[in-house]
Amino acid sequence: MTALRGLLRKEIFHILRDRRTLTVLLALPVVQVILFGFAIRTDVNDVRLAIVDPAPDDATIALRNRFASAGVFRTVAVVPRAADLDPLFQTGAAQQAIVFEPGLAADLGRGEPGHMLIITDATEPNTGSLLQAYAQAVVQGYQQELIAAGRPSAGPAPRSAAGPPLAELLEGPPSAGPALRGGPAPRAVAIVPAVRLRFNPTRASSNLFVPGLMAFVLTIISSLMTAISLTREKETGTMEALLVSPLRPWEIIVGKVAPYLVIGFISVVAVLIEARLIFHVPLNGSLPLLLFEGGLYILVSLSLGILVSARTSSQRVAMMGVLLATMLPNVLLSGFIFPVESMPAPLRIVSYIVPGRWFVLIARGIMLKGIGLDYLWRETLILAAMAAALLIVSTRSFKERLD
Amino acid sequence: MIESAIDVKDLTRTFGSFTAVDHISFEVHSGEVFGFLGANGAGKTTAMRMLIGLLTPSGGTARVAGHDVYTESEAVKRSIGYMSQRFSLYEDLTPRENIRLYGGIYGLTMPQIRERTGRMLTRLGLARVADEQVRSLPLGWRQKLAFSVALVHEPRIVFLDEPTSGVDPITRRQFWELIYEAASGGTTVLVTTHYMDEAEYCDRICIMVAGRIGAIGAPADLKKQFGVDSIDELFVRLARPETAVPESALPERLS
Amino acid sequence: MSTVVVEALVKRFGRTTTALDGVSFTVAPGELFGFIGPDGAGKTTLFRLLVSLLRPDAGRASVLGLDVVREYRALRQRVGYMAGPFSLYPDLSVEENLRFFASVFGTTIEREHARIAPIYAQLEPFKTRRAAALSGGMKQKLALCCALVHRPEILLLDEPTKGVDAVSRREFWDLLGTLKRSGLTTIVSTPYMDEANRCDRIALIHRGRLLAVDAPGTITRAFDRPLLAVRARERYKALLALRGHEHAHSVYPFGDVIHYTDERADAPADQIGQELRAFLAANGFADASVEPLAPTVEDTFIARTAESESRISNPESRIPNPESQIPNPESRTGSS
Repeated sequence: MTALRGLLRKEIFHILRDRRTLTVLLALPVVQVILFGFAIRTDVNDVRLAIVDPAPDDATIALRNRFASAGVFRTVAVVPRAADLDPLFQTGAAQQAIVFEPGLAADLGRGEPGHMLIITDATEPNTGSLLQAYAQAVVQGYQQELIAAGRPSAGPAPRSAAGPPLAELLEGPPSAGPALRGGPAPRAVAIVPAVRLRFNPTRASSNLFVPGLMAFVLTIISSLMTAISLTREKETGTMEALLVSPLRPWEIIVGKVAPYLVIGFISVVAVLIEARLIFHVPLNGSLPLLLFEGGLYILVSLSLGILVSARTSSQRVAMMGVLLATMLPNVLLSGFIFPVESMPAPLRIVSYIVPGRWFVLIARGIMLKGIGLDYLWRETLILAAMAAALLIVSTRSFKERLD
Repeated sequence: MIESAIDVKDLTRTFGSFTAVDHISFEVHSGEVFGFLGANGAGKTTAMRMLIGLLTPSGGTARVAGHDVYTESEAVKRSIGYMSQRFSLYEDLTPRENIRLYGGIYGLTMPQIRERTGRMLTRLGLARVADEQVRSLPLGWRQKLAFSVALVHEPRIVFLDEPTSGVDPITRRQFWELIYEAASGGTTVLVTTHYMDEAEYCDRICIMVAGRIGAIGAPADLKKQFGVDSIDELFVRLARPETAVPESALPERLS
Repeated sequence: MSTVVVEALVKRFGRTTTALDGVSFTVAPGELFGFIGPDGAGKTTLFRLLVSLLRPDAGRASVLGLDVVREYRALRQRVGYMAGPFSLYPDLSVEENLRFFASVFGTTIEREHARIAPIYAQLEPFKTRRAAALSGGMKQKLALCCALVHRPEILLLDEPTKGVDAVSRREFWDLLGTLKRSGLTTIVSTPYMDEANRCDRIALIHRGRLLAVDAPGTITRAFDRPLLAVRARERYKALLALRGHEHAHSVYPFGDVIHYTDERADAPADQIGQELRAFLAANGFADASVEPLAPTVEDTFIARTAESESRISNPESRIPNPESQIPNPESRTGSS
């Protein structure tokens, strides 16, 4: 125990004395929240909407009113034919269009699915899918109103359900520049359970990025700092002294990682508080559960850090290793910035082994949906299995010898 | 000994309130092998850096190869060669590429570079490994190559910063023969070293103590002057007048 | 019984590098034993094997009667190891470094004070100073203190004086002498040949092989050729001229003189001296002086390495051709 206490005290000295790194570690989460919150906002406001309504009726007027009152959309043009949309999209006058077909009210009145088309400029795919979701939410709101009014089968239905392939609905897709083939994504309205919108009713992107940011910060602190501080001892030669001592590998590892575990928790709490105070991000679920899941994720990251440091002997190489093995996947493939659903299939498969992906799912679930282990047990189990496996592998790879 | 290769008067360098080099004056003659000795932190590296134009002096004058280190640092750099203790070679380049690189830096023409490369590689016996990366060569070979590369532009003066640390005794001697060869060709050599016995290879030495010159002269003269048997002893005498640990203060049994 | 027994130890790195190539020796209790050799000779690899940080590919080694492979746990409790003079935590103070290493072995500075006092006394005035701000000599003493703090039964110091100035080196060897008198077995390695005489026995190590193991005096006495020191004002030219002498065995610069050995191993040194004087005078070195000389450990090292690789005897080349010296460049890199 004296040995472990000594190790911990020494490690705390290292951390406290490396002022520059400590400042970065503590300031990073705080700065990141502000950065993501203000600078890299993905919310959309003032969407330039065009409407094609060849034969206005009750239903189309009602929907148009809903769009107008949603607060996000600004109707820039109402044109009679879908073909008139081309110039609007090409000049950028419109970002999104609603194409009604004649007889929507009549269809709905007969209890048949009504048809409409939402066209979105997807030049910028993330914004595009966001706009799409907004529009769908408006339609869905109308639908629910109808249902509430006692017309169960009613509602504008997706054209795909009625048979003809989606593409046929378009006379020719308004091109949005050569960079994006297929350009503006046409899509028939469906009763899509837009999860992100339903559980993120304020539509604030800060709600979405905070869980991802936690994953990112924890990765930096746990993986990177562990790997660097372990390889630093190899560089100074002190690792030899530790190995030659009666210390067991687990003691060396615990002494190394425990302080970073604490810093990791501090950062998580700091991010949560800041997100709450500045961006009013909710924490709908249980805080202890979130911290527990955070702990699991920290274990996974620490193990990865140990694993990387076991195979490298210089801080520089360790840094590169961590960057490639943990930071990049956790940022790019976790759904933190880019939605997993919009990734190509191979990357989506790869994302299954990225621990950040599961943690982001869990954290979003707890924070935004307020759900507990009864819903998140599967993700938790995956994370726990990863932690256990990596912990075993990393302590094994941490050798008591130099060869 | 026609003219001075290096002429230093009252050279001083301060870092904040710390005076690393404190009014040193000395002269190095052309073709001389001049040893620069001192404990870690005695100021020898600082002094050398001022002479090769990497540090601006805080005071005093210094002329290297006839050029003023303040106003003609470009000319100084052109007329000197420098080999640092960490090898001035690129380890991921081959010997041939290294020579060509430095030849190019110092403005040699391609035919000159080709001619000198061939001569140098044969001379060092490195022809067989001319196209292997430097990092794969043994330490001793690298040091000899680094020395030759420092001489590729035929400088008047070559500065060597602890060139022989860690090499085996035979390689060390081969290295000194290269130094002698260069000196006999008229090149002035200024060398710093940790090995006190190595000081005796030099024509003259200068021992720095706390930023000042503690002793300067030919090794044999210095030994006579201070009445010591070796430069090592002289060094100890200058650096720490009283020997540190009175052995009686130590206990009988430690284990 | 020997404190250290090493038999035919072999350690390879990769397929091409043999860092240790059949090393055997023993160290007696209380001995101050030195490994003398340049960088890349295999010293560090050997020390790491002895403290159980590496496993040998062949051969056996036991320290304090404990096998370095099988009984490494027990061994690690009882060994003091110092990996160079700078293997300290630079951001921790003198006292914190020492306190930490004490805690690692489950002890405290206070409990061990009597053992480390003599060395620690010199460090105590600086105890709040960070290790990074210490001079080389102070770092070295602190590292020694840290290796001693758990009262080891044997001390293994790998290049403790490397890169440290001559004065500090001297003081350090004085300390080792004192430790020796207290009965502690100590194994040291060093690239500095002049430190050999401070040891009871030394092993000359070069490219993974031991060239000789014995008391320094015995090793130099075994030098089997007449050795002469030649002094001339034009040193380099005299050196070249001597290489042209018909009986020259080896000629190399050594400090302010030239060391000359003759191929006629049995000829009296005086007679060779006279011959050389005449030879030099005839070649225009009227000022040259020649006198017989007692060989140093370094002379012996040079002779033994030359023998083991049959080189340097080539009078034609001023610099022995490296291509014949070192058959395989890779064989020297990578180790220690």
